[in-house]
Amino acid sequence: MPDGQEVHYGDYVQDDRVHKAVYADQAVYESELDNIFHKKWIYIGHESQVPNPGDYWTTWVGKERMIMSRGSDGAVHVLYNRCPHRGSLICNNEHGNAGKAFRCPYHAWQFYMDGSVRQVPMKQGYDGVIDYKDPQFSMVRAERQGNYRGFIFASLSTEGEDLETYLGQGARAAFDDICNRSPQGEAEIVANCFRIIQHSNWKIFLENQLDAVHPSITHHSTGDAAAAMQKKYKDKTGDDAPMGYQFLADFTLPFEKWDSLQTVGFPNGHTQLTGYMGLRPRDPVTLAHEAALTDAYGAERMDEILSTNVHHVIVYPCLSVQPPLQQLRAVRPLGPNKTLTEIWHFRLKGAPDGIYERALAYYYHVNSPSTMVNADDLNNFRAIQEGLAMVGGGDWVSLHRNAGQDTVDNGVTHSVTGMSEMPMRNMFAAWKQFMTEGN
Amino acid sequence: MAAICSVETQLAVERFLYRQAEIVDDREWDAWLALFAEDGKYWMPATADQEVADGQPNIFYEDLFLMEMRIKRVCHPYAHSQAPTQRLSRVVSNVIIESEDGATGDIVVRSKFHLVEYRLDDQRYFGGKYRHHLKQTDDGYRIQLQRVDIANVEGPFGYVLQTWL
Ligand code: FES
Ligand SMILES: [Fe+2]
Repeated sequence: MPDGQEVHYGDYVQDDRVHKAVYADQAVYESELDNIFHKKWIYIGHESQVPNPGDYWTTWVGKERMIMSRGSDGAVHVLYNRCPHRGSLICNNEHGNAGKAFRCPYHAWQFYMDGSVRQVPMKQGYDGVIDYKDPQFSMVRAERQGNYRGFIFASLSTEGEDLETYLGQGARAAFDDICNRSPQGEAEIVANCFRIIQHSNWKIFLENQLDAVHPSITHHSTGDAAAAMQKKYKDKTGDDAPMGYQFLADFTLPFEKWDSLQTVGFPNGHTQLTGYMGLRPRDPVTLAHEAALTDAYGAERMDEILSTNVHHVIVYPCLSVQPPLQQLRAVRPLGPNKTLTEIWHFRLKGAPDGIYERALAYYYHVNSPSTMVNADDLNNFRAIQEGLAMVGGGDWVSLHRNAGQDTVDNGVTHSVTGMSEMPMRNMFAAWKQFMTEGN
Repeated sequence: MAAICSVETQLAVERFLYRQAEIVDDREWDAWLALFAEDGKYWMPATADQEVADGQPNIFYEDLFLMEMRIKRVCHPYAHSQAPTQRLSRVVSNVIIESEDGATGDIVVRSKFHLVEYRLDDQRYFGGKYRHHLKQTDDGYRIQLQRVDIANVEGPFGYVLQTWL
């Protein structure tokens, strides 16, 4: 945009294409933090990450460093990781147990897990000067905090929809589908966070997650290698290869299969990819899972739960969730061309061990730092970012695949094929709304 | 913990470790697979104090089948992230034999490594320790288990690890 001219971010998003500046421009990025990451509901963590009083885990919301903590009364708190005295970070560790109180490493002010002051050393210097109950001397809580079925979110704005409304049916399905698969209705996080930095814009990752055209191309090598070894395993041992081989081989399904999937767009950018993997084979693990769910909920409800085939949900703008495999990746933007992903998986409380083994196999093969799958995705992301950072060579990014063919019913958008670029268009509709609604 | 063993044993073990380093740096994949016992495993835990691999998250935990799968991928003409490929160079040192089984000749040995990985104008640096369980065979040592603890185990990783460190 020419100097001195007011930028209308809405102009960057058209029905079937977006301007490259939305991925590569520093000013657009800063504005995204203000209008999206510092306003909307952002995932913090799962409450089972902090099972005991004094437990804490740190993360990011936009540019802000946040702490999720567990108080002695069992309550979970989301706080800014900042000392009210002279501003130091309170927690330098990624996670830990603070005991009864956080203790600032600079002058040892102490704070309860809810951020209130517990103790200040050599307090005579403050006698008659300050009142410790004055909120300016407490660690600051997130402006708003919400919990949906154990998944904790924060919004750094006092205004806007409440968490459940913001998530809506589209995003709530991610958490419902995880929890419902547990005979106890609850998920428990596995306390391991793989962190991988992508050298690309945060939106590129979210778009890729629901891009059903790319897997057979990008992951061609991995799919072929897995299919070949699946066969070799069977030939050599007489047994079927472990499920992980199939997870990898599935990346090179024929295009007709990807075509037959569905994508569904919801308000606020939440988007689903449905279908894909048949995770109800007649193996002993699945049968045991069916039995456990039938005991808990009855046969009809069991069937309903396990027939839910939401393969992948984007909880806009911060999460990629794969409920049937209990995988969750949180997006933490660090710059227009740099994104931290925090990668987690869950156990379903009360489900058979084999169900967890499946989640673990997926976590290893697709989401660990040695993944053969994301090796090629991350390589693409970096190449995309470098292409988009150029001044010349074209200004627009095409999202034309099946444009104009989506059907909209009650605010919910359905694509005509799994390979449609509807998910990207749906996310950008929310982006445009969020970036311009304050003006 | 360190065991007293003969100079010959020390030398044979060091030669094995140095040769393994060269094999993986130079991508001699058939030779790599031949280093492992039939049920041998390559293991990189996800935390520094992790004691078992099974049933837990790991960075690497691979048997010969999974290793061969990884090799098939990096050798595949459509392995996009292998164009260009990464170039590795490492030094293995501080070789300390922890135990030598008098009857079988099996060895437990720990060592340190420093390594650089170059790819796409970027150089990454890794350091850490190896712990090898070596099985003595008629054909020399075979790896029963190689545990790899990298110093930056909790990341964040600026890119994935496409082959073994
Ligand atoms: S800055 Fe925290 S106690 Fe002074
Ligand atoms: Fe992919």
